[in-house]
Amino acid sequence: MRELSLHILDLAENGITAGADRITIQVDETFLNTHIKITVTDNGSGMDPAMVAAVSDPFVTTRTTRRVGMGVSLFKAAAERCNGSFEIRSDESRGTTLWATFETDHLDRAPVGNMGETITTLIAGFPDIGIKYDHILFRDSFSLDTVELKQDLEGIELDNPLVLTRIKEIINNFIQGEE
Amino acid sequence: MAKLTVEDLKQIKEKTSQDAALRGGETMAKLTVHMGTCGIAAGARQVMNTLLEEKAEANRGDIKIVAAGCLGMCSSEPNLTVEIIGEEPIVYKEMDQNRTRQVFRRHVLKGEVQTDFALGKG
Repeated sequence: MRELSLHILDLAENGITAGADRITIQVDETFLNTHIKITVTDNGSGMDPAMVAAVSDPFVTTRTTRRVGMGVSLFKAAAERCNGSFEIRSDESRGTTLWATFETDHLDRAPVGNMGETITTLIAGFPDIGIKYDHILFRDSFSLDTVELKQDLEGIELDNPLVLTRIKEIINNFIQGEE
Repeated sequence: MAKLTVEDLKQIKEKTSQDAALRGGETMAKLTVHMGTCGIAAGARQVMNTLLEEKAEANRGDIKIVAAGCLGMCSSEPNLTVEIIGEEPIVYKEMDQNRTRQVFRRHVLKGEVQTDFALGKG
């Protein structure tokens, strides 16, 4: 994956496939002052301990269309390649949390990338899923929760393309440091 | 702390209330972007965002754009399925920004199937 934000999109999609209706994404670019920490949590069906242990093996997958599953293993490999770490916790009653850290200044670290597009893709592609997104930078932090927004935006669909364009702009301006 | 609030989206609310009637219409076409790991790595996110731009430009609330999992044709990702209601769905392969625009403008808006990029009916 060329961007960390693409991993995030992929992991969120995993959670939704596991039946989640709530996805929490946190990007902390201040972790330990030297790392970027990405956490994706879902409230889907979770995995049993055997699956948790095996999930980062590319030859383990729940999919039926083919026999290899790359998503989690790619995320883990991306972290380990740049002095990071990877953890996964799953509970069959509560869902799955996984996080990875990436050494910010490591040469092999992919850029965070277009988080705006990742979030709008999730909102548009899965309109019924609640998405909470927090992004922490040294100078500021950003937060968005589609469940709250939906309640306040009476009558307007969040997946209206004009609304999505605006959300994308706001997120990317925040990351690039423009107001 | 910056937080995305309804205030930020208010202008849009005023703007969109004008075409609220349009959006109430029945779905005429359903576009599915396949977003497994394979699709995402190949560029499905850009396909999705291009479709959203085109939809906004065409101002068509009756076109539904959704994401789905892997289709099983990973080597031809990004795949896009176009289903005009009442017609057979067409799966497009190896979509990029230009192909996506072409399929949207020709197939979705005008009904001309773009056989050059079609993988098959399905």
